[in-house]
Amino acid sequence: MKKTVIAAIIAVLLLAFVPLFALKDAEFGGSDDAGSQVVEEVDSSYEPWAAPILEKILGGELPGEVESLLFCVQTGIGVGIIAFVMGRFVERKKWMKE
Amino acid sequence: MSKKQKQIIALAGVFALTFGIVPKVNAMHVMEGYLPGGFCIAWGALCLPFLAAGFLSIKKTLNEHRNLITLLAMSGAFVFVISSLKIPSVTGSCSHMTGTGLGAILFGPSAVSILGLIVLLFQAILLAHGGLTTIGANTFSMAIAGPFVSYGIYVLCKKMNINKKAGVFLAAALGDLFTYCVTACQMALAHNADTTFGAALGKFLVVFAPTQVPLAIIEGILTVIIVMGLETYAKPELRAIGYIKEAK
Repeated sequence: MKKTVIAAIIAVLLLAFVPLFALKDAEFGGSDDAGSQVVEEVDSSYEPWAAPILEKILGGELPGEVESLLFCVQTGIGVGIIAFVMGRFVERKKWMKE
Repeated sequence: MSKKQKQIIALAGVFALTFGIVPKVNAMHVMEGYLPGGFCIAWGALCLPFLAAGFLSIKKTLNEHRNLITLLAMSGAFVFVISSLKIPSVTGSCSHMTGTGLGAILFGPSAVSILGLIVLLFQAILLAHGGLTTIGANTFSMAIAGPFVSYGIYVLCKKMNINKKAGVFLAAALGDLFTYCVTACQMALAHNADTTFGAALGKFLVVFAPTQVPLAIIEGILTVIIVMGLETYAKPELRAIGYIKEAK
């Protein structure tokens, strides 16, 4: 059980990071830009008619650092909830009889 | 059981690594402003019945078992975490997972539509990722189509008596992959002025699908890990939800 979980976690890490080292000159660029490139290819006359709401308020693109901050906030909220709930479950199991 | 799991993981790893290393860019959600107005409204309208069903289903579940709110919060949090992690893929660009498989397996597909909508709103407003005008289309692909496929595969695997964890893995991974196929369809439906629908669909699929394959596998593995953890520590909740059958 424990070994399986550890093996699974290692597999996940490998899957996530091997491409990074295998493809040294790839850009790993932002994902949204690429979709817009294809749109230009297949529908050249199309103009996007709305911009993200935060960019409108800021009058420009969100700074990269701030964007990563917000992504971290999202991850943090999620991890916090999962850790809290899992922690409760784990502790509770000690008090349960089964 | 654990031997089988190891085999699955090893197979998945080999599959992903040998999938072909082709530098190419990709996309995930439909970008803000990239769907014509009519499509935005149509996809949004299509989502409404699912969202209503999801709201009712969550309400019903919570009315019956108040303590399941912890598990629900956890499924939502799982979507939050998973969809915020941008992971480099074999195609040389980054993409992220959906994380909706877990909720779909535990709470049924319609309940996930609400969880997915929350995440999409967060990303559209704060992260300029996806968008408010395309929220209907994105909700449909990530929070409705994907979870329904996940749930369908999970139920099918259960019926065919396939190992439960293998079922969970397949459900989460294929649901994730399907989300991106639906996104490709949505884009191709709206943008095929210069070519045919089929050609556009092919182009979008090439952009979306290969990047997503290894990520779908990662999502499958992560979902299995979480499910294993829950099976160990949250038996009462899983029983209440019908994931573990009473007589066993």
